[in-house]
Amino acid sequence: MDTLTSSEKHFALQYLREEALPSPFCPGCGNGITVNAFLKAVKDLGHEDLSGFAFVSGIGCGAWIPSPHFKGDTLHTTHGRAIAFATGLKVARPELKVVVISGDGDLAAIGGNHLIHAARRNIDMTVICSNNFIYGMTGGQVAPTTFTGDRTTTSPYGNPERPFDLARLVAAAGASYVARWTTAHPNQASRAIKKALQTKGFSFVEILSQCPTAYGRRTKAGDAVDMIQWFKSLPIRKRDEEAGYCVPTKQAHDLGEFVDREDTEFTEALKAMVRKVE
Amino acid sequence: MTAVKKIPKDDVVIEGLTGDAAIAHALKQCDVDVLAAYPITPQTIIVEDFQKFAADGEVKTKVIPVESEHSAMSACVGASAAGARVATATASAGLALMWEILYCAASMRMPIVLTIANRALSAPINIHNDHSDSYGARDSGFIQIYTQSCQEAYDTTIMAFKIAEDHDVLLPIMVCIDGFILSHNVERVEMLPDDAVADFLGIREPVQPLDPNNPITMGPLALTDYYFEFKEQQDRAIKNVPDIFKRVEAEFEKMTGRSYGMFETHKTEDADIIILTHSTAGGTAKVVADTLREQGEKVGVVRLRMFRPFPSEEIAEVVKNAKAVAVFEKCLSFGGAGNPLAMELRTALYHLAERPMVTDFVIGLGGRDVPPTTFVEGYEKTKEYLKKGEAPSYETLGVRK
Ligand code: SF4
Repeated sequence: MDTLTSSEKHFALQYLREEALPSPFCPGCGNGITVNAFLKAVKDLGHEDLSGFAFVSGIGCGAWIPSPHFKGDTLHTTHGRAIAFATGLKVARPELKVVVISGDGDLAAIGGNHLIHAARRNIDMTVICSNNFIYGMTGGQVAPTTFTGDRTTTSPYGNPERPFDLARLVAAAGASYVARWTTAHPNQASRAIKKALQTKGFSFVEILSQCPTAYGRRTKAGDAVDMIQWFKSLPIRKRDEEAGYCVPTKQAHDLGEFVDREDTEFTEALKAMVRKVE
Repeated sequence: MTAVKKIPKDDVVIEGLTGDAAIAHALKQCDVDVLAAYPITPQTIIVEDFQKFAADGEVKTKVIPVESEHSAMSACVGASAAGARVATATASAGLALMWEILYCAASMRMPIVLTIANRALSAPINIHNDHSDSYGARDSGFIQIYTQSCQEAYDTTIMAFKIAEDHDVLLPIMVCIDGFILSHNVERVEMLPDDAVADFLGIREPVQPLDPNNPITMGPLALTDYYFEFKEQQDRAIKNVPDIFKRVEAEFEKMTGRSYGMFETHKTEDADIIILTHSTAGGTAKVVADTLREQGEKVGVVRLRMFRPFPSEEIAEVVKNAKAVAVFEKCLSFGGAGNPLAMELRTALYHLAERPMVTDFVIGLGGRDVPPTTFVEGYEKTKEYLKKGEAPSYETLGVRK
């Protein structure tokens, strides 16, 4: 090592298209941390490359996490429909690890219906949701994940609506594995993603992610460091704690695992059905 | 109806506005009851600006930030059915997602004003301008008007309510601006006083709104027995549009001195070759025509504004004596007998015993720049084809082949 700043090649680079870098994310954006957390999980599972994976994403900042940056097969689709595309992909090629990475607006607003139905079917795929509580790419409009009272460009005097608790929503809809972490918990997030990738069934990892450009500025949540501090202060669930019902607030957005269970998986059920008919 | 008066110059507010902001300001003055929308580039600013007016109490509009464009158009139909004055805005994939409800809105005769910042459709993802989005909705039953400037976008948005809500029309209407080229560029806009717009538009008088004291059912089921009659009536309604449009524009002109017509003609009277295009490309075409005229070329421009209903007879009348019409359009109809604009024109000319040659140039897809030289290239090609006596059905210009 000749200088303090030079280092070994970053582990993530073996999975990334270097010609597509740098990423399009704003300085301080949390999406880069999610890239690393995901790729670390992939590495920890022993994958030398991404050849066994198929990535699907939709529209919005989060959708640029896999596409075009991952050196693997990527289907970049329309707003909200990533999970629907992924469902077709998984049924056609059940041997592939199908991973959807996108944002809260894409997965839970315009595409919310597909999210709950994929969880209900318990189809074997991993969905990673980078939740920044706002529509970042279009400049900061209120989303179904925006906290009550938050001021955005389309709720200039405060959001009158209540936000979704995505982890609880997907858990209640029937997923096999659900966890929520933040970009301030990259190791926990990476471990959760690893577990999610090993789950046979629908797995969902929500990663609360700082968006200093849209959310930070619009809602006065501060810069990336302020938001990381905020994430660090969030409560962590106890093991086996009842999920119950609650409306997320900035103080009480609990982190940890919500479900980890075995249940019938959709493509298997489909196969069994076909066998029976034959 | 109150008699429309010329607005004194001092009452006109002049501001530099983007196309999006011009539309937002127009909507603000139109006393819209309900606006439901979902963010999509390059339309987003229309709703952002409008939401601010609503939050500041400058309008009484109920603004619903719904979870998708499909929901936006659905909410608009619901509100319009209850008799409200309704508007929304979208672009590209957002319009595509509204598809199912576009047909409901038109068939249920809801006079919704839908402003569109024209943008290419996926895939691959592209946020820039072409007309594939709204051309695709040409058969939905919406009236479609394309505008060239921010002033025209402002004026047309105001007139749109009056046209749509007229009892001889009762149809939804799209007011289109070019994404980014117009939506994000600042131009000088003259704005009318609020009360002038209020007097001009009046309050919407719904013919048959949902009313619990006088219950009716809308849109249930009409099979082989009555469905066709609904469509027959809808067809009759859209045929009424040109007359109502002219009346509304005449009134607007009295007030402002401005009117635009179903299309604009520029130096067409003695033209051998007439360029047909619309929206911002129309501005470029006129500049090109002026320059070519200086060089002795007999060229003119028809800048179309109303694509639905298509003013077939009127356009045929204007171009019938030309040797050729060169169509420049930002849409491909893959595998079609022609691309949307040229197909309309060729159909409009079909009945003429002697028709001008129609050449068709597809330009600017996905926001590819359309410089004046693109028009010159198409013009020169058209001259060549005239000499040869034949032309290909269409060509793409400005693309790597
Ligand atoms: S807008 Fe927000 S979420 Fe999008 S790249 Fe910038 S910081 Fe990240």
